[in-house]
Amino acid sequence: MIGRDLLGIEDLERSDIERILETAERMQEIGERQVKKVPTLRGRTIVNLFFEPSTRTRASFEIAGKRLSADVVNFSPGASSLSKAESILDTALTLDAMDPDVVIVRHKVAGVPKRLADSLRAPVVNAGDGAHEHPTQALLDMLTVKQEKGRIDGLTVTIIGDIAHSRVARSNIYGFSKMGAEVRVVGPPPMLPADVESLGVKAYISLREALEGADVVMALRIQLERVQGALFPSIREYAATFGLDRAKLRYAKDDAIVMHPGPVNRGVELSHDLADHRPSVILDQVRNGVALRMAVLYLIAGLAPGEESAP
Amino acid sequence: MTRLLIRGGRVLDPAVDMDQLADVLLEDGVIRAVETGIEVRGAEVLDAAGCWVAPGFIDLHTHLREPGQEYKEDIASGGRAAVAGGFSAVACMANTDPVNDDPSVTDFILDRARQDSPARVHPVAAATKGLKGVVMTEMSALRDVGAVAFSDDGKTIMDTGVMRNVLEYSRLVNVPVIVHAEDRTLVGDGVVNEGPVSTRLGLPGNPAAAEDIHVARDLTLARLTGARLHVAHVSSAGAVLLIRRAREDGIQVTAEVTPHHLTLTDEATLGYDTNTKMAPPLRSRADVEACRAALAEGVIDAIATDHAPHAVHEKEVEFNEAPPGILGLETAFPVVLDLVRLGELEPLELMRRMSTAGARILGVSGGCLAVGQPGDVVVLDPEGRWTYDPAKGYSKSRNSPWAGQELTGRVIATVVGGNTVYHSDRGVLVG
Repeated sequence: MIGRDLLGIEDLERSDIERILETAERMQEIGERQVKKVPTLRGRTIVNLFFEPSTRTRASFEIAGKRLSADVVNFSPGASSLSKAESILDTALTLDAMDPDVVIVRHKVAGVPKRLADSLRAPVVNAGDGAHEHPTQALLDMLTVKQEKGRIDGLTVTIIGDIAHSRVARSNIYGFSKMGAEVRVVGPPPMLPADVESLGVKAYISLREALEGADVVMALRIQLERVQGALFPSIREYAATFGLDRAKLRYAKDDAIVMHPGPVNRGVELSHDLADHRPSVILDQVRNGVALRMAVLYLIAGLAPGEESAP
Repeated sequence: MTRLLIRGGRVLDPAVDMDQLADVLLEDGVIRAVETGIEVRGAEVLDAAGCWVAPGFIDLHTHLREPGQEYKEDIASGGRAAVAGGFSAVACMANTDPVNDDPSVTDFILDRARQDSPARVHPVAAATKGLKGVVMTEMSALRDVGAVAFSDDGKTIMDTGVMRNVLEYSRLVNVPVIVHAEDRTLVGDGVVNEGPVSTRLGLPGNPAAAEDIHVARDLTLARLTGARLHVAHVSSAGAVLLIRRAREDGIQVTAEVTPHHLTLTDEATLGYDTNTKMAPPLRSRADVEACRAALAEGVIDAIATDHAPHAVHEKEVEFNEAPPGILGLETAFPVVLDLVRLGELEPLELMRRMSTAGARILGVSGGCLAVGQPGDVVVLDPEGRWTYDPAKGYSKSRNSPWAGQELTGRVIATVVGGNTVYHSDRGVLVG
């Protein structure tokens, strides 16, 4: 994967995903050491280009880069080309002139990482673009499931919530499907995107049916401001219909795990109790995020072509 | 006395269903003769062997951006792009700055066109003041100075009562009202066709239903008022169905389709190229096929480019913030020639939709090669291959999805009023 962009899971082969997950498992050990640092990316410059505010993902990438000894620079330009009167092309050319080794991009509009990648020499890692993809989130989710369940192939994964506006949903749909799982989506009909089954999932509007036999239940964060967009009538009604608690979880398999990309709206997507305790694995997801992002950075920028050394 | 003899081409005159090898003689700006073996002394001769000779193209739908947005295009550059694409006449939309909602603006555009444009320019005036959809424009005064139609185009009139009055009033001046039919409340923030592609891209979808609903409304109002309705850039199978039925019912409706809606699907947007963003959006394969069939059948009368220049810096932004629209004038012929190559349309019928239909809808000259008519002629090489580079084109802008592509079908010459204003060897010839 040296020098390749990571724009979405849609572009990856199953073998790529397996390689990333295996590398991430080796990286986990570094995070358990007293001195959590290896020299693998010494002298490499990683730019965190976050057009949209983010604490978790940005910190995770920053820690991942630093554990590999890279120089990590955070850039937070204005939210849009129009607001800062700078075209995407200008942003790309300006950055390119500073010779970064990897550029990590987060933007509220789908497609911006792709457009930047088209004009940047450095590889681009998509850290979330609009409702398009969030590949490292899906990879860390797959890592978490693999470690919890010992496999991904053959599992049933149910994703609940605002699928239409979720990059996490799209990346997980592609990823878990490629790894051999059955993926289901469920939510209020206005939150299911047009022709969602063309992505290779089964769509449900009944939570109970969607949970039947599920091994993994993933609740998505509801953006409360969408209430005003009339996608659903009220928080209360959402929580009652699609919010997950222990009673509803009983429809899933007995050993089902619960995931959430965070931050959780407690009492909306997940009950308090579920947000904090097994079978939810939310903090494992966060922990795995660092190792997974170390793996991605290492695989993209860690080795010069032809070089063969493990961290 | 100036004479131009276009010799040995395949003459395609849809106005009289002529499709035969012949010479065309133009004298003093008008067509003097169309027959075989014309011999005249002292005429400039244009060898058209192997070429098609047809009435100059007439574009029902362009944005020339002057006055006000001359950094995108102006009447001089747009007029040059037009003749380079084989168009002897273009209609230009009213969304200039100031808006063409006043006779002084219409007059300015016509004056500029006389001075600067090698193509004839027919202004379309706004249907409502400031394109605000509230107060209708002075249609009689606008028509008297030269407006050929009325339209708020992309600022679709959402108030059905206002639209009804606009249509009613337009009967007074007997020119068409052109509609960009999309229900803005249903479009919402949609920027690509709603369906599997919008879902994959993660961009807000704009459903074809937004177009269908509005076409249905305006057809219903056309029936109510008896006005002449022209539906711009039809792009959905649903709209085609509604227009076909309305025509069967005798409603006075005409329609156009763009080269891009005839040949590109929403899959072209998968790389997030903002030069695939237009309004209405590129649609599904089924929609494209419905539009092609409707054009062949005559349910859609004309091909119009919706030539919409935007500067590079305006398009090099996030997909949802980029203005919709692409260039069309310089690529229209090779792009729509696809329909002839695939056997969906005879060359004569393609010429009808590129020329004769536009003249009839707008009630302007051209669109035929009858003796005594203005000498507006295009000479086309249907086999000619060339690579389109917008930077070398005549438009000031570059926003084209066909940039860098090799195209088949070339404009050899465009003649306006008996003068050769474009020749493929010499470029635009003005002066």
